[in-house]
Amino acid sequence: MLLNTLLLALREIRRNLLRSFLTILGIVIGVSAVITMVTLGNGATRAVQQQIAALGTNLLMIMPGQRLGPGRSSAGAPTFKEADVEAIRQQIGGVNVVAPQLMSSVTLVANGRNWSSTINGTSNEYFISNNWTLVSGRQFEEAEERAGSAVCVIGETVRRELYGSASALEVLGQPLRIKNFSCEIIGVLLSKGQSGMGSDQDNMVVMPLRTVQRRISGSQRVDVLLVSLQDGSDSERVKASLTNLLRERRNLSDTDEDNFNILDTRQFADAMAGTTQVMTMLLGAVAGVSLLVGGIGIMNIMLVSVTERTREIGIRLAIGALEREVLLQFLIEAVALAALGGLIGVVLATLASLALSAIMQMPYVFNLGINVLSFAFSAAIGVVFGYFPARRAARLDPIEALRHE
Amino acid sequence: MSSTPEDNLPLIRLRGLTKVYGQGQAAFQALKGVDLDIEAGDFVAIMGPSGSGKSTVMNTLGCLDTPTGGEYLFHGLHVERLGRDQRARLRRRYLGFVFQGFNLLARTSAQENVELPLLYRGEPAAARHRAARAALASVGLDGWEHHTPAELSGGQQQRVAIARAIVTEPEVLLADEPTGNLDTQRSHEIMELLWRLNDEQGITVLMVTHEPDMAQYARRIVHFVDGRIDSDTRNPQPAALARRAANTASVASAEGAN
Repeated sequence: MLLNTLLLALREIRRNLLRSFLTILGIVIGVSAVITMVTLGNGATRAVQQQIAALGTNLLMIMPGQRLGPGRSSAGAPTFKEADVEAIRQQIGGVNVVAPQLMSSVTLVANGRNWSSTINGTSNEYFISNNWTLVSGRQFEEAEERAGSAVCVIGETVRRELYGSASALEVLGQPLRIKNFSCEIIGVLLSKGQSGMGSDQDNMVVMPLRTVQRRISGSQRVDVLLVSLQDGSDSERVKASLTNLLRERRNLSDTDEDNFNILDTRQFADAMAGTTQVMTMLLGAVAGVSLLVGGIGIMNIMLVSVTERTREIGIRLAIGALEREVLLQFLIEAVALAALGGLIGVVLATLASLALSAIMQMPYVFNLGINVLSFAFSAAIGVVFGYFPARRAARLDPIEALRHE
Repeated sequence: MSSTPEDNLPLIRLRGLTKVYGQGQAAFQALKGVDLDIEAGDFVAIMGPSGSGKSTVMNTLGCLDTPTGGEYLFHGLHVERLGRDQRARLRRRYLGFVFQGFNLLARTSAQENVELPLLYRGEPAAARHRAARAALASVGLDGWEHHTPAELSGGQQQRVAIARAIVTEPEVLLADEPTGNLDTQRSHEIMELLWRLNDEQGITVLMVTHEPDMAQYARRIVHFVDGRIDSDTRNPQPAALARRAANTASVASAEGAN
């Protein structure tokens, strides 16, 4: 009986190709939309996490000014001094390296070309704290840092825009004009690409802090202190002792608010990851709606065909089919269509996700859960809407089913 | 059947059969107490005006509908006490159906339509194919096995339906207005076929019709009026009379064409 019923069900699917196709189409669209969107969302999350990891996850950034957020003001808050760097290095435990940072926007000139970029005055520790690798050349020598020599390490974007075809090795020793002085290129950084915020991390020139202080900003200030933590050290504890140290060095009384901020890139990373996860959920919700719409499509097809099928059920019952034989046939039909649709949907979604993540330069992250979930959901819709109208029809007296208009 | 309580019971016996459709104010009493005995091998035409209950009694006899009250004995078995599945088994073992609207499965070949009852009986594929081809041949449709209903004329569709009804070698063939959708010529052809099945193969035929010409093929004519049997007469010359009428009709149509 089971074999015969299976035969009947498959025969019906083949016989009603258009109806079968439309049913499958609804499931395919629903399943593939959900899987594709969630997979892309996961890929975006992974991409952001990778970018943040490139930034350095064990990094504290200390900036002058009152608390972050609305109403934030750096006006009046004193900047840091080079001596702060040395103090942190000596007095705070659990710290790997400490680097000062003094930023300035400038126009670079070389080879008869101009390029707007950012000067980053710092020390060799910066390369460690922010995970930079040199693709060619060398870091600063101690004498160069002390004397504020006119030497620089350039980012990949600067090399490409100003020197074009010259390779990272060929640009070493070439001059780079900044404002009214010229400096010698001693190294090129390995590209990091865009940051999590969308800015180009490679559009940068790194110089010794003192060079920038003397020749560009004309002051002794330090904008940012970068504190890289040792692996396994407690960032909360380090932050607390940094706060105490800096309050003392900046002569704040107990009632004064902090006039500096400590930003933990790990919190930053968590916040970014959280944002992309929210995006993923949003995409998933949108896709869920399309799954629902697909489900309604299936329902429509099934309900439209129910008149024809009710008569068919009447005929089958009249010529001797048992109620359960008819029901089993309809159930097998529904399951077969739903499974086929789900399978096609999964395959389509995988292809689409692979193609789209390649185009959007994001990693492809396979998510088993969403594959199983959307498959099961659409299959359930197919089965429910294929089976229950049939059950109602099969419970009619055969003559009523035959008369059904 | 082993459960036969008396040896002299007819094949079919109805006693005080009633059927009410709807409830309360809207209730309609289609059958108001019908007593009827039908012997095996008979050919009964059930006639009557619309709403007289002739189709209701037919559907009840075919176990497609359940009576509200009274008794229906088939081979001495109380059909009115059977469950849905038992009635379905009874249908597929003893009964064959022919409907006014043919009721073939759409987009399904004649061969597959005829095989369907055998499929539900669990016959193996080879036996199904052989029996279906034989049944189609016996209704004059050799060579039409792979045509779907849409590719067949009304008369041919009704022949397929008859082949489907007799492929299980039923004891009783129930035909509800089998010629209702056909022209006179096709109607007589179908009736000839039913007559031969009754006369040569001994199949009991129960037929509902409102056309007196078609009723003339039957051995017995039962008239229903208002939910009750109005008259029950034997036809002294079944088929012969009607056949003459059919010939006259075909001659007339031939002359009309000229």
